Amino acid sequence: MSRLSNIGSWFSERLQIGPAIRATAAHEVPRKSASWWYVFGSAALTVFVLQIVTGVMLAIIYVPSAAEAWNSLQYLNHGVTLGWFLRGVHGWGSNFMVALVLIHMCQVILFGAYKFPRELTWIIGVFLLLLTLGMAFTGQVLRFDQDAYWGLGIGVAIVGRVPLMGAFLVHMLLGGPIIAGDTLSRFFAIHVFVIPGILIGLVSLHLLLVLKLGINDWPMPGRVVRRSTYIKEYHEMTRTDGVPFVPEAVWKDIFFSAAIIVSVMICAAFLGPFGPSGFPDPTIIQTVPKPDFFFRWLYAMLALLPPEMETPVLLIAPVVVIGFLILLPFLSGEGEKSWKRRPITVVTLLLTAVALGTFTELANYSPWSPVMDGWSGDPVPVEYLQGRSPLERQGALVFQVKQCRNCHSLRGSGGKRGPALDRIATSLTHDQLVRQVIQGGGNMPAYGKNLNPAEVTALVSFLETLHPSNQPAARDAAQAVVTQQEAAGAAAKNH
Amino acid sequence: MSSQLAKVPETNDKEKRDISRRYLFAKIGLILNGLAVTVLTVPVVGYLLSPIVRGENGRYKSWVSLGELDEFPEGQTRLAKYKNPVSSPWDGDTDHIPCWVRRIQGERFQVFAINCAHLGCPVRWFAQSGLFMCPCHGGVYYRDGSRASGPPPRGLFEYAYKVENGKLLIKAGQIPTLSTTARLQQGKTECQG
Repeated sequence: MSRLSNIGSWFSERLQIGPAIRATAAHEVPRKSASWWYVFGSAALTVFVLQIVTGVMLAIIYVPSAAEAWNSLQYLNHGVTLGWFLRGVHGWGSNFMVALVLIHMCQVILFGAYKFPRELTWIIGVFLLLLTLGMAFTGQVLRFDQDAYWGLGIGVAIVGRVPLMGAFLVHMLLGGPIIAGDTLSRFFAIHVFVIPGILIGLVSLHLLLVLKLGINDWPMPGRVVRRSTYIKEYHEMTRTDGVPFVPEAVWKDIFFSAAIIVSVMICAAFLGPFGPSGFPDPTIIQTVPKPDFFFRWLYAMLALLPPEMETPVLLIAPVVVIGFLILLPFLSGEGEKSWKRRPITVVTLLLTAVALGTFTELANYSPWSPVMDGWSGDPVPVEYLQGRSPLERQGALVFQVKQCRNCHSLRGSGGKRGPALDRIATSLTHDQLVRQVIQGGGNMPAYGKNLNPAEVTALVSFLETLHPSNQPAARDAAQAVVTQQEAAGAAAKNH
Repeated sequence: MSSQLAKVPETNDKEKRDISRRYLFAKIGLILNGLAVTVLTVPVVGYLLSPIVRGENGRYKSWVSLGELDEFPEGQTRLAKYKNPVSSPWDGDTDHIPCWVRRIQGERFQVFAINCAHLGCPVRWFAQSGLFMCPCHGGVYYRDGSRASGPPPRGLFEYAYKVENGKLLIKAGQIPTLSTTARLQQGKTECQG
């Protein structure tokens, strides 16, 4: 015992940080803040450390060269002992980290923790979120596969929309004229040196501020924040109703962090690492690029926005949103902290979450994309061909061969870009079908130049059969009268 | 023992104020440091701007061959590939760039960039319906590259081309985007890349 304590005191005499650590550990936090709601920040920090450790491990093998990166990832997956697992932990860790940072942020908003005097802590937190997303995007690029290649193309296309500076930014982002070797090495430098360096600095500052200003008190309806009295009230609270951070609060942080790390490892072990998908050869164009999970909402928005709105939204919305987040503590730095008294905040947060969730879900099956092999992969359902005339069957053939199926589904298979056509005859008359096919419109290309009259006739006669047996096809009212009169005339003649 | 280690000899404030030579050297030292940093900034900024400097005056672009004219039958649209004129040995396959060649008639061509004008995804040609379709956000173009439907703000990017010694050449070298295209050319669909 004495030898051990001698060694301990040898270090403490030189480092002289023992008292500071003891004071930090023992600092009083409000009793109600030692809560399960206050564990997300520390869990995000834990995952960040996990990312650093696994990231260094991966960097031992990974080759940041456009020619070799993909092969080195295959080697990591299949050649290096447990390389697949470390890649899995790093990949799942990134998902967990983004999620934890977002949850932490929501909790801070709901608990009014950004209010006086913690404005700077919040602003640094906003930058930590942006940097975390930056890590997620650059990390996706380092997994140098087809998705990474075309994802970079999308990034470049967005940057290229910036007025005046567009070309400059495109070439700076790529490190040259095209996505190539210089692009990957600069993303490597950003992912491995630049952003982590800034992250470590800002996380330290963020933590220091939490210690200096004290953890946010549990919001109580009616306990209003005022700049003039808050700090005094807070110190009074921690003095009269405080508990030491260690051990009263820290055990929950420790417990939750451990649960998160175990979850990351379980995901890595059972679901495995992400990719790499196809080899990054741009001449392989049979690819359907999709971003990683946390950018799916953006992918969906870019498909659903009206074209003329896109550039303004892409370039202005981020500035507005980030500006708003930074200004938030100055716009509402005082007042109620409790979510029970802040309905606008709660509704805004819920709407944002629902919107992002909906966009993400839509992006998972991307109904706006044509199904590139719909025309060759999905046959026309047999019941749509039974008992049909040769002309109608020929129309079904035209329907398939002219790739209509890429955008229109029959019996649920095929593209969802345009409407499903199973009942199209009930809503469009013969003339309307002809017009729609030839002229297009409503987001459908005009097929007039690519179909000859015989093909149009066949196609439309097939489309006219697409209605339920108990519901007749739509008819032009005037045409119906003419037909009736003709039939009546013919009947009279027969008499 | 601990108190001995903890004690750092205090500097004599009076001495510091009185001796102006130290003060002067400290100031000169600071100025020298400032100068050194300023001078160092120039190569660092220049180094970082290399992607811009190297591409000045259209140096990224040059004429590359897509092959013999016979490879492109009249009235058809075919995928062609070329090696980007600006490349490095560690590019792997990323400097192999595809493009769509439409031979209208004789020596009249249209050469389209592979990148959708919306967000740069690779468009695919469907000969039967005469359409280019994009797998990402549903952009569709007609056979002449004009926009048919979907989110693209314009038609497909087009390369400048010429026919020399029975070969089809295009002016290529950089990825086409809305700004790297619009800057240099006058035509609606010409591609700077």
